Amino acid sequence: MRFMIIVKATKDSEAGVLPAEADMAKMAEFHEELAKAGALLDASGLRATSMGWRVKYAGEKRTVIDGPFTESKELIAGYTLIQVKSREEAKEWARRFPNPAPAGKEGEIEVRQLFELEDFGTGDAVERFKKMEEDRRS
Amino acid sequence: MVVTATAVHRTIEAVFRIEQARLIAGLTRIVRDVGQAEELAQDALVVALERWPDSGVPDNPGAWLMQAAKRRAIDRLRRGRMLERKHEQLGRELEAAQGRAVAELEAALDDDVGDDLLRLVFIACHPLLSTDARVALTLRLVGGLTTEEIARAYLVPETTIAQRIVRAKRTLSEAAVPFELPRGADRAERLASVLEVIYLVFNEGYAATAGEDWMRPALCEEALRLGRILARLMPNEPEVHGLVALLEIQSSRVAARVGPRGEPVLLLDQDRRRWDPLLIRRGLAALETAERLGGARGSYTLQAKVASCHARARRAEDTDWSRIARLYDELASIVGSPVVELNRGVAHGMAFGPAAGLAIVEPLAAVPSFKAYHLLPSVRGDLLAKLGRRDEARSDFERAASLTRNARERMLLLERAAACARQD
Repeated sequence: MRFMIIVKATKDSEAGVLPAEADMAKMAEFHEELAKAGALLDASGLRATSMGWRVKYAGEKRTVIDGPFTESKELIAGYTLIQVKSREEAKEWARRFPNPAPAGKEGEIEVRQLFELEDFGTGDAVERFKKMEEDRRS
Repeated sequence: MVVTATAVHRTIEAVFRIEQARLIAGLTRIVRDVGQAEELAQDALVVALERWPDSGVPDNPGAWLMQAAKRRAIDRLRRGRMLERKHEQLGRELEAAQGRAVAELEAALDDDVGDDLLRLVFIACHPLLSTDARVALTLRLVGGLTTEEIARAYLVPETTIAQRIVRAKRTLSEAAVPFELPRGADRAERLASVLEVIYLVFNEGYAATAGEDWMRPALCEEALRLGRILARLMPNEPEVHGLVALLEIQSSRVAARVGPRGEPVLLLDQDRRRWDPLLIRRGLAALETAERLGGARGSYTLQAKVASCHARARRAEDTDWSRIARLYDELASIVGSPVVELNRGVAHGMAFGPAAGLAIVEPLAAVPSFKAYHLLPSVRGDLLAKLGRRDEARSDFERAASLTRNARERMLLLERAAACARQD
């Protein structure tokens, strides 16, 4: 099963302050451990929301809103995607995740499980399969 | 409270799962015996299960477990359970270790851990062991699967796996196989064995040779994990990356390879939108690494290149079959196995027409190991059907169905046989 460790933004990350060398080293070391365990799928840091934008929908109407955005607790600054055998294993890796904020400051990560295809059960895709089989038989 | 205790135990087991391969590897370096190392690791788990529910999981659980295991080793020594030879070695190691501060010890463990784990991989895949034993031991010691999990994955009784592992450990112990990295001429052969074990595990998951299910994705995931670990341990070996590339790309199709009722969906019939783009991207990156390291003509790398041709084709009809045919020509010139030849036949059939494919495939009927191999009549049946030789095609599909041990695959083959009959 796959989990995404989401790093929440901080005032520093939003201000475009790059992590200090020592913090970078901790983060690199943790990801190296993940990779050595064969658990790391993907990871990346995100630039500040001042470089990004949002699209808001009202039905079919869409409005583009440029960053920066202010509610920093709701913003994300990076992610690490892992593949593990159990929720407990994901929790253990998350527990080892270094504080993403600069030394001595408050930081937060959030972990979410990804949907796997089989979670979607029946639906369009399944219907397409059925049709493909019928086509093949006819 | 029972619920809480169970939750804590599950957490501890998850921690142990993360740590145990390195733990066993580090302990094997000290006691020079994988069997004893595994027992010591298990002992450390028991101690953790006793202590951690109250104390909480320590900050560095790997080092904690290693300390606990070493303490157990000392206890055992005192009770004289170990052989004299090991006694001396262990005594020396422990004396040195006890003198050091914990931080230093942890650092020392970290330094050696990579190589220890690699030594463990090599010893588990030692040519002295039968292929089955290598697979079981690798899954147990490196993959950290329980004997029950391995037994379930391979659909055999747990006692069979347990015995296989016990015997393998005894064989290694009796032969006093050194815990070291193979060097020189030995190295290539030993690495080939490691890659083969990982590939076998993957293939058993990807196209299960027996049972009701067409695939057992847990085995694919485990093989891929082992491959990824190995790629970190041996970053300069092109064929390791070639194998990982192959497994990543093949894994990207797992969801698309099985239909809603569990039936197999063949490559060209798959809904490519269900392929996992992340795994394809990882596979292509690994392939690039393999080629950059000079492995372009390695057998796994060549197979990964074939897989990448499929991965790059948006629709089945966009597949570059003539490139695939050329890759198989190259692979056949290097490996020269009948299975490669069969695939070469398929590729030539797609690139240059069914008659060209049949010309390659038909001589394979004379290969003794192919007499009972269901894929030969299955492929030949497909080529014959395309040539309109439906009677021959039908009897080939029926023969293939009678040869496969996989129930889902048998159904698919019988359907194809029936389709040939209907078109008469």
